[in-house]
Amino acid sequence: MTDTLLELRGLTKAYPGVVANSDVSFTIGKGEVHALLGENGAGKSTLVKTIYGLVKPDTGSMMLNGAAYEPSEPRAARASGVAMVFQHFSLFDALNVAENIALGMENPPAMGDLAARIREVSDQYGLPLDPDRIVGDLSAGERQRVEIIRCLLQDPKLLIMDEPTSVLTPQEVDILFKTLNILRAEGTSILYISHKLEEIRTLCEHATILRHGKVVGNCDPRQTSARDMAEMMVGASLHVPEKAPHEAGEVVLSIRGLSAPAPHQFGTALKNITVDVRAGEVLGIGGVAGNGQDELVAALSGEMKTAAGMVVIDGREIGRLGPNERRAAGLCAAPEERNGHAAAPDMSLTENALMTGAVRKNLVKNGLLDWPAAKAFAEEVIKAFDVRTPGPANAARSLSGGNLQKFVIGREIMQKPRVLVINQPTWGVDAAAAASIRQAILDLAVSGTAVVCISQDLDELREISDRFAALNEGKLTPPRPAKGLTIDEIGLMLGGAHDMEVAHVDA
Amino acid sequence: MLTLEKRPQPSKAWVYAAPILAVVITMIVGGAVFALLGKPPLEAIRTIFYDPIFGEFASYSRPQLLIKAGPLILIAIGLSFGFRAGIWNIGAEGQYIIGALAAAGTGLAFYPMEARWLIFPLMIIAGLAGGMLWAAIPAFLRIRFKTNEILVSLMLVYVAEAIQASMALNLLRNPDGHGFPGSRNLSQYSSSANLELISNSGIHWGVLAAVTAVVFAYFILARHRFGFDVRLAGQSPRAAGFAGVDAGRLIFICMLISGGLAGAAGMFEIAGPAGRVSIDFNVGYGFTAIIVAFLGRLHPVGILIAGLLMALTYIGGELAQLSLGLPGAAIQLFQGMLLFFLLAVDVMTSYRIRFGKTE
Repeated sequence: MTDTLLELRGLTKAYPGVVANSDVSFTIGKGEVHALLGENGAGKSTLVKTIYGLVKPDTGSMMLNGAAYEPSEPRAARASGVAMVFQHFSLFDALNVAENIALGMENPPAMGDLAARIREVSDQYGLPLDPDRIVGDLSAGERQRVEIIRCLLQDPKLLIMDEPTSVLTPQEVDILFKTLNILRAEGTSILYISHKLEEIRTLCEHATILRHGKVVGNCDPRQTSARDMAEMMVGASLHVPEKAPHEAGEVVLSIRGLSAPAPHQFGTALKNITVDVRAGEVLGIGGVAGNGQDELVAALSGEMKTAAGMVVIDGREIGRLGPNERRAAGLCAAPEERNGHAAAPDMSLTENALMTGAVRKNLVKNGLLDWPAAKAFAEEVIKAFDVRTPGPANAARSLSGGNLQKFVIGREIMQKPRVLVINQPTWGVDAAAAASIRQAILDLAVSGTAVVCISQDLDELREISDRFAALNEGKLTPPRPAKGLTIDEIGLMLGGAHDMEVAHVDA
Repeated sequence: MLTLEKRPQPSKAWVYAAPILAVVITMIVGGAVFALLGKPPLEAIRTIFYDPIFGEFASYSRPQLLIKAGPLILIAIGLSFGFRAGIWNIGAEGQYIIGALAAAGTGLAFYPMEARWLIFPLMIIAGLAGGMLWAAIPAFLRIRFKTNEILVSLMLVYVAEAIQASMALNLLRNPDGHGFPGSRNLSQYSSSANLELISNSGIHWGVLAAVTAVVFAYFILARHRFGFDVRLAGQSPRAAGFAGVDAGRLIFICMLISGGLAGAAGMFEIAGPAGRVSIDFNVGYGFTAIIVAFLGRLHPVGILIAGLLMALTYIGGELAQLSLGLPGAAIQLFQGMLLFFLLAVDVMTSYRIRFGKTE
């Protein structure tokens, strides 16, 4: 593994107001799995887009196999043997697997030949996939396999993977890693982007760490602790959230036989969900995206109404009440999507504070808005949660994702709810901010709030949950104490590699 | 090469500059069109924008300004609530007609009783109710069956026009009218007449209603929860649902406000400037008010100014037809261009243009 495949020399790319990459240099060896680590906004995306020909660097050069490499567009990158699996899939739901793959090829072969090729490649790399299935029916893990096989058919020398495991169960991650190890053994290099440090420690032999667009360190992840790598990413020592010891109190939130049809065509129906959450307790709910998380949050926040007795707070049936009546009853919620759901992007932070704070913060009197009070509440949230913004008059969309997330979560926490329901509280948030959000959630629980935290980040759930349950196709597993739960047990609760086992039978 | 780049915040300056720039561009392009028609462009522009207020015969045309602006502003204020919330009531013209018919019917039912204190207020209520009823149809269909309110409200305009013709020919026809179509003249019936309040000013009850609506709308949008819900629902429907805004209720209320104000405008018109129900007393205020609402940035004060400006083009257009022989269609074209250029220039509020190469 001494041969160099790709060498980056002094890549710099500046956008108006921000330098995305500054003098970035490193090399990727042949057959090496190279990790690219960094927080959101550290410049990882710009860098891989440069390698994939989507972005032209201002200065600097690249060498591929000893020859100058200047891809003008992704097609040129693919022709040179560079392939990329994006975090967000670009597949057509209505077409089958083979058709989707053909769409991404320059000269697609006849459908029959292509299907045979897909079967062959998918068997070879342990990624079973039926070319005739409609993509709309596939799980997230299977869709990713379509993208990977689309790349493998080009016989790439370098495979770039952007956050590939964010949609996978632990068992599916294992299968993916086996595939990547086969590729490595065949001499394919992999540039692996992730912020999940434990994964990188098991998979990668070299890591380059970016911060504010610069390379700030290199390490061998197998020899470096996750904590050390995290601190290199953040550039400061990390605070690990801690929960003050306390006893869970009385039952505050009861979900009793909660069932609801799918709200739209691609939604998930909720099936007989029953669980109690006590005062001072954090119930962590894991699950792969699209298994009913959004629907559960909507059924709890009041955006989706159910039978009255399905949701109960302090003995009061609230299933038929709307969001503001539930806020009055003590339930605050923060949905996953910040832009356009938890916050209105074009409105000011003051207006966004008013949006959900009106009831509990008494910002509306006799139908009239109390703007000074709303502004004061917005300022309170900005201050308490260290939201970086010039002031509450700024539009929500002028904030970075992490800052807006701090504002949205802070807005609910500052209302001191009896029950807090949050979906993906630290999604897209940098490590330091994530730690402070988690700490705020734990502090709120200690003060006696019942917290339901839905997340796809299992490390996060293990860090803050008292009990853990998993959502799988709209059903909730019985909760188990989070302490001592292994990642394998969690994986089985999440549904294991359910779709994979079926696939192995054909393989 | 030109590229459009989204601004981090909508530009405050462009919010105000865009309508002004749109008016200027309309004048330039409109002038060019007039020149192509063989009319002196500068004189045409002056005839449309200057003469009605300051010209030789301004004392005749100045009162007309408020008479025409009144209904435009009243209707546009009503429409602006729905437009802000993403509810597209395109059928204000129909609501205007039905409001006028309901008011005229109410007034004529009492003819020739002398009781202005009772009949005139009843007619206002009937006008409001008629417009609301007509707007409630698309609102109900949208909420219950998810129909498109644009199509339904627009098609109901044609239904309303058919009813109007039928009323003028049958039910409301003047019994003393020697068989001619059209109702009695409401502006000559002392209990129903919507007369000028100050002589030769053009100010009638409808103009006062329009000014009241402007003030009231300003207050609701700036200070009331309902105004906040309307803005939120228009900008982020999902966020509005999360904030607890009941979408169906909001659609219904916005449609009733716009229908009610359009109906009231119809009442003031039929009892005053129009005077009688004829087969075609409507002159398109309901449609022009859509332009007024957007030209005024859906803002009450903006609508006030835009309504006056649009009234000016109506009156100035008529003057230009008389004195320069400009075709009537050229004036409509002119009004249409105003909205067209506003929408085009509007892009600058949220985007900026960058010169140079793209990535």
